[in-house]
Amino acid sequence: MSSDAREALLLLGCPEVPVQQALALYLLGRLRAAGYAVTCAGNPAVLQLLRVSDPDRHYIGPAVEIERCIGELAEGKRTPELCVAFAHSDAGLTFGATARYLLPEARFVLLVFGREAEALAEQATFPCEKVVDVAVHNPTKLKRRIDEVFAWAA
Amino acid sequence: MGCVEDMPYEVILSKASFAECREYVEKHCPRYCYVEPGFKLFEKHIIGVPPIAIGLDGDVVIFPFTKPCYGTFLLRIEDAGEAARLTPRLKRR
Repeated sequence: MSSDAREALLLLGCPEVPVQQALALYLLGRLRAAGYAVTCAGNPAVLQLLRVSDPDRHYIGPAVEIERCIGELAEGKRTPELCVAFAHSDAGLTFGATARYLLPEARFVLLVFGREAEALAEQATFPCEKVVDVAVHNPTKLKRRIDEVFAWAA
Repeated sequence: MGCVEDMPYEVILSKASFAECREYVEKHCPRYCYVEPGFKLFEKHIIGVPPIAIGLDGDVVIFPFTKPCYGTFLLRIEDAGEAARLTPRLKRR
């Protein structure tokens, strides 16, 4: 990836819902191909899941612990032009709202999934592009919506 | 003043929603203020949906603390320095 690549941030939630892992790897591949330098932020478990899934680092680039990442956003040390936040819980939504506030100029896509996705999405009142589905195990519908949002649909 | 994880904190609400923590502060704390996401408190940048309510009861600071897998906890820590720093922002009920 060239040093002048556009920066993107994937803000990952707790890894307990399986679709997150698949969609994170999918977005890493797609965004890299689109010319983004992508950083993943998450708790240690979610970052280890990604590292183990990609031993030859075809997809994963820099990864940072999520609280450190929020600190870097607050201090202006990290200013991605695109942020994709994953939320399947109140905590995920809270991290997403924080990142949105700290990145007012960025394009901000919020992926809301899991059994409570619809109720959770209603609580996301901050400006963002929402992709919502009650998916837990099957990422197909979310992937299709992501393709539409980023104009990747064939 | 030190990092929240190294200080003797008490948990008021556990695995709560962010809105529940804000409501608790607004209803139960003698004085409170609002801060923006990323505001530094106890050496941590605070995570939250704005407006983030922080309570004060004397030198005790009551604030939300969010962990990705566990939700939001409402914590209380006695710290005169942080309480003094928040005082100019306070609202009285």
